[in-house]
Amino acid sequence: MTGVRRRPAALLALAVLLGASVALSLAVGSRSVALGTVVDVLRHPGGALAATTDGAVVLTQRLPRTVLGLAVGAALGVAGALVQAVTRNPLADPGILGVTAGASFAAAVAVGVLGASATGGGVWAALLGALLASVLVQLVGSSAAGSRGRGSPVQLLLAGLALGAVLAGLTSALRLSDPEAFSALTAWESGVLADRGWSGLVAVAPLLAVGLVVALVLTPALNAIALGDDLAAALGARVWLVRASAVLAVTLLAGGATAAAGPIAFVGLMVPHAVRWMVGPDQRWVVATCAFAAPVLLLLADVLGRVVLRPGEVPAGVVTAALGAPVLVALVRRARVSAP
Amino acid sequence: MSATTTSTRTTTAAVRRLPVLGLPLRRRPLLVGALLVAACLALAVVALGTGDYPLTPLQVVQAALDPSAGFARTVVLEWRLPRVLAALAFGAALGASGAVFQSLTRNPLGSPDVIGFSTGAYTGALLVLTVGGVSTAFASATGSATGATGGGAATTAGALAGGLLTALAVYALARVRGAVQSYRLVVVGIAATAVLHAANTYLLLRARTEVAMAGAVWGAGSLSTTGWGDLTWALGALVVLVPALVLLAPALRQLELGDDAASAHGVRVERARLALVVVGVALVSVVTASSGPIAFVALAAPQVARLLLRGPGLSLLGSALVGALLLVSADQVSQRLLQGVPVGVVTVVGGGAYLLVLLLVRARRTA
Repeated sequence: MTGVRRRPAALLALAVLLGASVALSLAVGSRSVALGTVVDVLRHPGGALAATTDGAVVLTQRLPRTVLGLAVGAALGVAGALVQAVTRNPLADPGILGVTAGASFAAAVAVGVLGASATGGGVWAALLGALLASVLVQLVGSSAAGSRGRGSPVQLLLAGLALGAVLAGLTSALRLSDPEAFSALTAWESGVLADRGWSGLVAVAPLLAVGLVVALVLTPALNAIALGDDLAAALGARVWLVRASAVLAVTLLAGGATAAAGPIAFVGLMVPHAVRWMVGPDQRWVVATCAFAAPVLLLLADVLGRVVLRPGEVPAGVVTAALGAPVLVALVRRARVSAP
Repeated sequence: MSATTTSTRTTTAAVRRLPVLGLPLRRRPLLVGALLVAACLALAVVALGTGDYPLTPLQVVQAALDPSAGFARTVVLEWRLPRVLAALAFGAALGASGAVFQSLTRNPLGSPDVIGFSTGAYTGALLVLTVGGVSTAFASATGSATGATGGGAATTAGALAGGLLTALAVYALARVRGAVQSYRLVVVGIAATAVLHAANTYLLLRARTEVAMAGAVWGAGSLSTTGWGDLTWALGALVVLVPALVLLAPALRQLELGDDAASAHGVRVERARLALVVVGVALVSVVTASSGPIAFVALAAPQVARLLLRGPGLSLLGSALVGALLLVSADQVSQRLLQGVPVGVVTVVGGGAYLLVLLLVRARRTA
């Protein structure tokens, strides 16, 4: 129970980090804005300062981008915690398992082929794609275990890899065969937070909110699931209902996040591990803390992406992959991979 | 893990040997091999004859043999032959390389594209192009100029270095207390692929626009820009690598039986393994340097060859033939059915679907 004793310090550190990363995200970029100016602009959005270039940059670009980072980060972190808890697989992540690839493929078809709008039909298509992909990966990944209903960690990972490869290939085939129709989608390829304004976020905000609520309601039952399906059933948890709700929540969270920012992998892998180390294995704490810890990672990755290639930018999804893959290596090198 | 896979392999082979169409076992590889060669040749002739200037198979042969055939000869020999030859040679190289690594790791998933060597080779080539500023290499890689063999050498060297370093890193990271468990190898490989993919995106983003545009097409894995210039370079490298592989094949066969058995048969295990890794990575690197990363051929070809040959181990020659056949067909699909979508996209979709099926079948068997 070392995690329990760390809780107060961990939460305090997390709050500080979250504040710092929001501040960095608002201030740092191809045009640096002083922190004092940022605060002034935010306090008086209609004031004279807001009319300056600095003010416009903060209000119309950095602010939507930061809020999007907060929402998408929280969604991905919670989705990762849920997937790891339900599959009892420490290597699970909506990005690695191909859920986000499913969402972006479906969105690409809807927007590029069927002519839906990126904030309307595209979002629903992304949700459908995320749902189908997560169900398919679960089926392939867990069929090895038969009655025990639990695939080996690697089986699930490979199924996700294969599905992700197929879907990413199909997406790029669509894109390359008709570059005109898909020019709007190129930014979706690798998870970009920039230049999306408020419309994309507004379109998915209700979905993310519902997903977060479902996730939080599920947490006590997830503690029971962690003991194994049989024991959970003996404790009164309706296992299939919990699993189905978890898939629903992951679909809403990962699908919504992908519709808003493109596929971003590894956030959902890294954050739950760090959080379990900080607050212990209780899923109620893990899920709630992930919602605050994951945005820190995503915002910092986004800021890093702005710094390394000035005046250009590296997409946040590329940075999270570069940061997250070493974590995957570290996890698999541990002699015993701890169950979530 | 490795011991159990080997034993199930031998038992399934023993069961399957008896009812093989009434053929004695030894004739099967010959027959299958001959059929594969015939299929490759037939597809090649078809590929040489299709396009904006269609030719019948007979006309193709005539144009190739008759120096006075004029325009048809130019179309067949200058425009189409480099691409078809590249598909055959690169497919064979990828298939053979896949067989080497799948044998070494004793794991059907331990192929260079799954464990990240192809992506690493691409990173190496990209580094040479964007950071090293080898503009002639870039011209040759994208086909906008022909005959820049010096640049081809630089990219190939970069790809080789990238592939070898990735192989070294993946093996080192997958090794825990002196043992490389196959599941760990695969997961480390997936992670390495992710990091290298991020690095490639970064390199392309910071490159000049025209370099980045062409690099992105190349990065999808395309044969469309292959001309005689860089093909001669790649074929020259393969001519060196193939005899090396032939020399190493007996050692590979022994290593499949386990390290102890191999060393009892006089194989110097570590040296043979190192040489095989170098040759396997070199095969992938040559292909990657000239056509970009073409995924999943190395994964699928050896397993398809094993199904066809029904032998206990992986056949290098069979894998190479199947690889050639797969890549020529994939290239035809990409050219004729999909309006020139890069062939790498076709192999990713086909190979990814194949991997899903492989996982399902494996799951059934162990359940």
